[in-house]
Amino acid sequence: MDEIKRISKRKNSNGQIRAESLFKRSLVIIGAAMVILVLGILLTLIIESVPSIRSLGLKYLWGTTWDPVNNIYGAAPFLLGTVLTSFLALIISIPFSFAIAVYLGEYNPKGWLSNFLKNTVELIAAVPSVIYGFWGLLVLVPLVRSLEMKLGILPYGIGIFTASLILAVMIIPYAASLGREMIRLVPSPLKEAAYSLGATRYEVLTNVILPYTKSGLFAGILLSLGRALGETMAVTMVIGNTSLIPTSIFAPGNTMASVIANEFTEADHAVYLSALIELGLVLFLVTVVINMIGKRIIKRFTNE
Amino acid sequence: MGKSKAMQVLIVFLAFLITIPLIFIIIYIFREGITKINWTFLTKIPKPVGESGGGIVNALIGSILIVVTAAVMAIPLGIMCGIYLSENSTSRLSYWSRLSVDVLQGVPSIVTGIVVYFWVVKPIGTFSAFSGSIALAIMMLPILIRSTEETLKLIPFSLKEAGLALGLPYHKVILRVIVPCGISGILSGVMLSIARIAGETAPLLFTAFGNPFLSTNLGKPMQSLPLMIFNYATSPYDDWHDMAWGAALILLFTVLLLNIITKLTTKRWNVQL
Repeated sequence: MDEIKRISKRKNSNGQIRAESLFKRSLVIIGAAMVILVLGILLTLIIESVPSIRSLGLKYLWGTTWDPVNNIYGAAPFLLGTVLTSFLALIISIPFSFAIAVYLGEYNPKGWLSNFLKNTVELIAAVPSVIYGFWGLLVLVPLVRSLEMKLGILPYGIGIFTASLILAVMIIPYAASLGREMIRLVPSPLKEAAYSLGATRYEVLTNVILPYTKSGLFAGILLSLGRALGETMAVTMVIGNTSLIPTSIFAPGNTMASVIANEFTEADHAVYLSALIELGLVLFLVTVVINMIGKRIIKRFTNE
Repeated sequence: MGKSKAMQVLIVFLAFLITIPLIFIIIYIFREGITKINWTFLTKIPKPVGESGGGIVNALIGSILIVVTAAVMAIPLGIMCGIYLSENSTSRLSYWSRLSVDVLQGVPSIVTGIVVYFWVVKPIGTFSAFSGSIALAIMMLPILIRSTEETLKLIPFSLKEAGLALGLPYHKVILRVIVPCGISGILSGVMLSIARIAGETAPLLFTAFGNPFLSTNLGKPMQSLPLMIFNYATSPYDDWHDMAWGAALILLFTVLLLNIITKLTTKRWNVQL
């Protein structure tokens, strides 16, 4: 009896050891799978855009005509459209996100009013982008159109300006919550020292908080830029989707993401499809680089 | 003092000004959507243009199927990867793995769609709901991994030591002691990631593709709520806009509800995300 018990015990512990090493090994495999997944995404994009890189070369990036019917592919209108919408959205959003960050981080960190603001801002972030696009298309576009009529320009309604407005609303929560975290990190002895020297709130804000959080706030702006660059649906729905170089910020245009969304399933020959994927590759590389720089800065800032 | 006051007024004004459009959007969608929702709307498939009536049951069921399949794929992987990263915080592989998760978090959703198109749709030869789920699962992973890692890092090391000292094997210490301790944080990561992908449209454009009929076959194209809203909203028909408003209300309600539940649970359990 004792013998059997001992054997079964040993078997059991052998099983335990096997299960343990199996567990450890599968953890490592899954950790490695993430690296493979990302490399796979990069490789797929590169391989699939080879036909376009080979036949169009570098002039693809500054060609100004996008004419799939005649097999001419120049990505400049989309690059310009992406840069314009993203930067306009950033410019519109910065005052608001900064105000929210300062209000929640410094002026009024507690209380029902700041709770209300914080929750509302978080809900803005949760609304799906297709809903923003839909609302923009049916509510914002007519508003912009009447604004354009007043200004005496061609009343498209849709266009780069409208897309930037929607994008701005979408990135504000992101930038604001990052900014708030950064402002919270300012050591209170620094602020208290300034106050005890007789500094006003405004002076503390401009002479202590801003210099201290400069790099963190910059990183927050970079990360929201990364988000704006890759945003697809809301932009696609209100930007107008023309492949011409935009002549003003009120003109319709196209971004890299929106042209992919519109034309990918229509691309009927290899170079066309591949040219679209090359756009995806450019978008991927740009957003990854911007995100990495932003996260690096934040990591350094929070570890200090 | 005047400057200080002015600055404060400006900041409070700007901070609260931005809540107006949001409240406006939500009220607008609620007002437009609530009149469209009735029993037919929830239980019938869409009618062709020009015929009134019809519903969005295909999109509702499609959305649920696609999201559930994505969650089933992503949750175990994400939690395991989070465990790996929190357990091996210094190894070289975990450095690269963590970097990859960071990269993955920043990948534009449309790019995920393209890649899954080439990985799944093209080899199989047809758009399918399953490929859409894979794309959404890829987007869920970074959120899941991050929340699991951050939660498990907060659990005191002595708990693990106590488990090991009692002779428990490593995997039992992790799965029976460490993970249950952090389960609330992990669960809120799960909810958050589901809320994030439930409204995603871009990765489904080239994968799940959409389908005007009711389909429960994961190997075939399937409609989903965001896809349907996109297609109907950009159509020129008023009937379709009406249906899109109804669908938008349902989607918005679901996503906001998921977020609020997540927030309440994190508050209840004091989880830091």
